[in-house]
Amino acid sequence: MQTHKAKRVEITIENVMESRLTDALRKAGVTGYTVLPVLGGSGRSGAWTRSGQVSRAQGMVQVICIIRPERLDELLDAAFAVVERHIGVVSVVDCDVLRAERF
Amino acid sequence: MTDFLSLAGQNLLSPIILSFVLGLLAALARSDLNIPEAVAKGMSIYLLFAIGFKGGASVASYGLDARLGLSLLAGVILSALLPIIAFGLLKAMTGMSRLDAAAVAAHYGSISIVTFVAATSVLEGRGIPSEGYMVAVAAAMEAPAILSALWLISRGGGAESKGMDSALLREIMLNGSIVLLIGAFAIGWATGEQGMKEISSFIVNPFKGVLCLFLLDMGLVAGRGLRGGGGVLTRGVLAFGVLMPLVGSVFGLGAGLLLGLSSGGVALMMVLSASASYIAVPAAMRVALPEANPSLYLTLSLGVTFPFNLTVGIPLYVGIAMALTGG
Repeated sequence: MQTHKAKRVEITIENVMESRLTDALRKAGVTGYTVLPVLGGSGRSGAWTRSGQVSRAQGMVQVICIIRPERLDELLDAAFAVVERHIGVVSVVDCDVLRAERF
Repeated sequence: MTDFLSLAGQNLLSPIILSFVLGLLAALARSDLNIPEAVAKGMSIYLLFAIGFKGGASVASYGLDARLGLSLLAGVILSALLPIIAFGLLKAMTGMSRLDAAAVAAHYGSISIVTFVAATSVLEGRGIPSEGYMVAVAAAMEAPAILSALWLISRGGGAESKGMDSALLREIMLNGSIVLLIGAFAIGWATGEQGMKEISSFIVNPFKGVLCLFLLDMGLVAGRGLRGGGGVLTRGVLAFGVLMPLVGSVFGLGAGLLLGLSSGGVALMMVLSASASYIAVPAAMRVALPEANPSLYLTLSLGVTFPFNLTVGIPLYVGIAMALTGG
């Protein structure tokens, strides 16, 4: 099966910043992404869990985008402008996709 | 005094408070008891709808008086003013940075709707009437405190604040709890007694049971917060968490008496001024002041001030309001 090289960007960010991040991604031309809920975790700001929370203040989400390698810098610039001062993690890994025209 | 002690005793042994204590102890003991996020959010939607609807239906039954507008104005002024007082107290009592102090102060100008709901439940249980429109006052007090906190930061020339963009302003003014509370209030007002009759089996009878479960969840969240973030609570910070509600309640008392509210209305104005937000304001602070320490304001608001108001504050405010209004 023919596969194509791509970049998978995973941005774990505070719940309250989700729409700001996805807006910035869309403005940067990244129209395909997936948002996943994060159940809990621990980091520099301490441990937290999603269970029982009614405020959006403590939750985190993960935004995953898979893009062509040449578009990576543009995406990272847009994402960084939003996440720079906030709790979160941005990571990039290499991946292979089946249908290159979709990314 | 005897009345206050009897009210405090009844309050402490009510299912509502005991449910909160159960949650708190379970979390501190590291039990795996937990309420799923979706269930907690569902219960908060139910409580907001029920309290808003009941407030609107009460206004429809008993009518409006001129005090509604003045009460709303008083609520907005209190919400804007209390963060400035809280900020001054925090700077005097703790070694907190300007940024953290402003973020914490915002929480104390805004309100805790669950404390308000618990207080209305205590008033109903004692047969003490209150103005139905206090629900609208609660909604009006959510946002001004956030603007005051941002003003406190900008006044210090702080570059820490991301300022108020239009998206943040929309999120604050149209946050889900405000929309639901005001919307349900409007529905209750428009449909009045007939509307109440139609859905009372849903919003009146199960109300206390749902409140118990919701407070069990609040106890779990508060206990987990204390376990994880208890280290940020120095003696000065802890003292602030108990002193500030008392200071706020005095301002609420003054406003309630000036407005000529009923005993229940004065008590609710005290409760609103004494309570600290842990739903709307923390989310706004994460956007506007991301460098402020969230475990500080969440632990203080939910782990210290909320339990204080629930156990000691509410009976105290109700007792004082009754004594001073002759209710």
